[in-house]
Amino acid sequence: MTRLETAGGLIGRTVQRVEDAGLLTGRGRYIDDLPVRRDTAHLAILRSPHGHAEIRAIDTTAARALPGIFAVLTGEDVARLTRSMTVGVKANVECWPIARDRVRYVGEPVALVVAENRYVAEDALDLIEVEYERLIAIVDPEKALAADAPVLHPSLGTNLINERSFRYGDPEAALATADHRISIRIAYPRNSCTPIETYGVIADYDPGEDAYDVTANFQGPFSIHAVISRALNVPGNRMRLRTPPDSGGSFGIKQGVFPYVILAAVAARVAGRPVKWIEDRLEHLTASVSATNRVTTLEAAVAADGRITALCWDQLEDCGAHLRAPEPATLYRMHGNMTGAYAIENVAIRNRVVLTNKTPTGLNRGFGGPQVYFALERLVHKIADELGLDRLAVIRRNLVPADAFPYRTATGGLLDSGDYQTAIDRACAEGGLEALKLRRDSARAEGRLYGIGYATVVEPSVSNMGYITTVLTPEERAKAGPKNGAQSVATVAIDPLGSVTVKVASVPQGQGHRTVLAQVVAERLGLPLEAVCVNTELDTARDAWSIASGNYASRFAAAVAGAASLAADRIRDRLAAIAASQLNVTADRVEFKAGKLFDRDNPDNAISFGRVAAASHWAPGTLPDGNVQTIRETVFWTPEQLEAPTAADGINSSLCHGFIFDICGVEIDRATGQVRIDRYVTMHDCGRILHPGMVEGQVRGGFAQAVGAALYEEYAYGSDGSFLPGTLADYLIPTVMETPEPLILHHETPSPFTPLGAKGVGEGNCMSTPVCIANAVADALGVEDIRLPLSPSRVSEWLYAEERPSSKPRDVAPVATGASGERLLTGAGSADVVATRQSVWTMLLDPNTLKAIIPGAHEVRKVSDTHFRAEVTLGIGPVKGRYRADIRLSDMIAPEAVTLSGGTEGALGSGRGTGRVTLTETATGTRIDYRYEAAIGGKVASVGGRLLDGAARVVIGQFFQALARHAGGGAPPSAAAGFIQRLANLFRRRG
Amino acid sequence: MPRMNAAQRHGVEFTLNGRKVRAEAENRMLLSDLLRHEIGLTGTHVGCEHGVCGACTVQIDGKPARACLTLAQQVRGSDVRTVEALAPGPAELSPLQAAFRRHHGLQCGFCTPGILMSLDALLRDQPDAGREDIREHLSGHLCRCTGYATIVEAALAAAEEQRKEETTNA
Repeated sequence: MTRLETAGGLIGRTVQRVEDAGLLTGRGRYIDDLPVRRDTAHLAILRSPHGHAEIRAIDTTAARALPGIFAVLTGEDVARLTRSMTVGVKANVECWPIARDRVRYVGEPVALVVAENRYVAEDALDLIEVEYERLIAIVDPEKALAADAPVLHPSLGTNLINERSFRYGDPEAALATADHRISIRIAYPRNSCTPIETYGVIADYDPGEDAYDVTANFQGPFSIHAVISRALNVPGNRMRLRTPPDSGGSFGIKQGVFPYVILAAVAARVAGRPVKWIEDRLEHLTASVSATNRVTTLEAAVAADGRITALCWDQLEDCGAHLRAPEPATLYRMHGNMTGAYAIENVAIRNRVVLTNKTPTGLNRGFGGPQVYFALERLVHKIADELGLDRLAVIRRNLVPADAFPYRTATGGLLDSGDYQTAIDRACAEGGLEALKLRRDSARAEGRLYGIGYATVVEPSVSNMGYITTVLTPEERAKAGPKNGAQSVATVAIDPLGSVTVKVASVPQGQGHRTVLAQVVAERLGLPLEAVCVNTELDTARDAWSIASGNYASRFAAAVAGAASLAADRIRDRLAAIAASQLNVTADRVEFKAGKLFDRDNPDNAISFGRVAAASHWAPGTLPDGNVQTIRETVFWTPEQLEAPTAADGINSSLCHGFIFDICGVEIDRATGQVRIDRYVTMHDCGRILHPGMVEGQVRGGFAQAVGAALYEEYAYGSDGSFLPGTLADYLIPTVMETPEPLILHHETPSPFTPLGAKGVGEGNCMSTPVCIANAVADALGVEDIRLPLSPSRVSEWLYAEERPSSKPRDVAPVATGASGERLLTGAGSADVVATRQSVWTMLLDPNTLKAIIPGAHEVRKVSDTHFRAEVTLGIGPVKGRYRADIRLSDMIAPEAVTLSGGTEGALGSGRGTGRVTLTETATGTRIDYRYEAAIGGKVASVGGRLLDGAARVVIGQFFQALARHAGGGAPPSAAAGFIQRLANLFRRRG
Repeated sequence: MPRMNAAQRHGVEFTLNGRKVRAEAENRMLLSDLLRHEIGLTGTHVGCEHGVCGACTVQIDGKPARACLTLAQQVRGSDVRTVEALAPGPAELSPLQAAFRRHHGLQCGFCTPGILMSLDALLRDQPDAGREDIREHLSGHLCRCTGYATIVEAALAAAEEQRKEETTNA
């Protein structure tokens, strides 16, 4: 068990976490573990299989009829009880948590089912029939800007939802007079930090008070509470939002649960009972949130000695199908530090936000940093290479001078503290850079591919809640009123027995906030760690909170722990005054240590903490004159440095700015293209360290996620809008085998702006590590256009150029790609059956026969004489899935010819096609000829083309062979077999 | 195995953490759902329901198994052990659990129960397990918080402690 910590000196020590005993023994209380009312029902969500389609009709009749179903809701049902969610820019566009007339991304909610349990709810999803009219999907942000691109939101008339240009200093003059102009173009991919616990919501509605009560593993920011309340059309005090005691990780992602808070709340209202929803992993990957993908062009004006005099940014941000709050924050969070660790006077920025047929984006660890620093730090490497300078020398030449802090950046940021030069010198020395260079040189001498990369990053933390208003023009801002600051809140309370409880609105997701807060408050009050109890559950109906509350932007150590320290100090001052009167000394002589208050000059003159602390409860009348209660003290703290954007668009987007310098050595396997991280050094300045063990944990965790982003992970989309990595077998999260061990170093320069001198540390490696690895790979391969993730297949393309198509001629028509990016297949074949033409014709139109002969069919229903619906399970290569087929007959010439056309839809993909079937009488029966043309999209389309073509031919062939068998004839793979079959049939018929 | 009807619930008897239990489950119910929602032991967590993340790992007859890939009816007559059974007493931790706490082998703790069940089985079956054995067994689990290094250190420390104790007892 935990050793009793002595009072004092708790801050800065690696104490054991108070959270762990419960979590290690299975007593955690995550959202799916919480007790619920006995009549709680379960929600399941029908989601779009298409990237872009009109919804023609939704038939929920069969689903409603299923026993155990309490409610089925469509987008229109939800819209009747809610309002569109607030959009963060001025644009004529609505933003609903569920599709209404159109689906715009794979996984977009289309219908909700509330049932007695999740199993039955999912049964009902299978019974909902949605008729879609597919539209061309657009997934490439640059193509989405084309004049003829399909438009996602007709009311907007374009996919470009926001554009702003900024100018600081005189970038044009700097470019015009520069010795060199060097630029780089980056396409940064989508990825997600994917917590192991998925989203969860438990919602209830009280019609008597028109009030919602929702528990969700939401992480903040609680500015989103306003979005939820407005969408649900209730005042904020009738939208009670609570968070569970434990959360299974977030990394930003659980901000994105809020549209489901709205859906579950409405579902509970309609169903008339509490509703619980736990997202499954497939839903999470497809449709939770991810980081943005971004196309950046960055140009620098550079002097001959490598000094950068101007930066010109052109950023095209892809926020997916809807601009959901707080987007486009990913694009603006870095605005104050767009010059990174460098002193660059002149900056131009053009920011465009585009909508595409992808899942809406949201918070993700690093939030905007990976995209910015990938461009900036790749460019700094490139500048050194083009000018023939040492890369580290170029970095050093441009650093903000150590004596310049606090340093105002060109774009308005205020870098609080740092000594970047010393941190880099120490990283090179303690990280063994010279030895690493020798290692590289000897590897290269042996013909191996080895490279070294660097990355220099300023890590912002504690977001200014006003930075997002930089997206508005100064005139729009003036009209809307200033937005700024970041209220953090902490309460310290003392009960009648004199024990201390701390309450904060920080909503931890596994970081150990309770431990650090106990350290901070125990130290301030001279108590042992165990004497302080910390509660981090948040309840908007009871607790102190504000819009900045929550767990994001690495704000805990700098802001929340600081607020707790201030609250403890206020209580401490009052306790000192009470003790002073009892000890007959002045208050400034009272010290707090080991659970006692005593006279500094005469430690024997002491009184127990509990006795003084309880006085406000038991004997308030005895408190010294003017002394107010010590029962409860709540501190709201917002730093003065977080000002609103200036009229010139200057913005101090974050309070604190940590520093990171990384060195990476990689070796690339020439045969496989595998990138192996040979050595990684990461130097951090996160100000004062409150708990070294947790800081190490944050760095290692962020680093592991960054390794995933650099080498393995991508939320990739097919050109038809299909989502490709739909399972954890496709979306490759590093295991212990893929996670190298970094050398972690620290150089502390305390922040002058935070109560404890601490800065954020949790996100830095997500910003620095991807580009550091990319720089090392660029160094190893001499390739400029480094794209993530650096998978072996991609690296192999750089090593060996792209794989050329086989020179062997193929015996089928070439596969073309359709307008919407589907694979097009064509084929033809024939089968002979020993049945009359009329009987074959009848079979083709009979659902029972069709059920028997359609491969994998579970059910075939006749909707009308020319319309059938079927449920089939098909396996194509490794991908086995259930599909719903809709078949229509046309151009019928009975009993000679018919055209079958239709489509299939399933979670794994979709297909549509037409086939012409001709029946000809022969000597022995009937010959069936068929030709087909089919298009396949979705996940199955990502299966290798040859496999898919082959599988389609087999499936279609099976259908006609089965028809032949059913008709009593033999399908002839060879003439001999057909002959024997015919003979056998002849005998059977006679017998 | 008796013939079971998909439309109704059937009894399933097994040993859970040393005690006989009897529960009712439809044929399609997963073991993870039976443990969590029918019996109420929520220490076993569900992270992916397709067998990749490892959070739901329990021990069935001493062997680690994914509760999300096991039907409840499959554990009839088996001996099932979950994270709730690891600690020797209510206010105590097992040596492995204590090592996780000492070495900061967890942050959010969501993946931890599954990892503990795998490593507990490893240290029991292979008391001489070294770093590579531990990494091999840990590679069946995904953790998004820790970067794994502290988990490996915790397991190594627990293995070392276990070996010392056995030497002392011998």
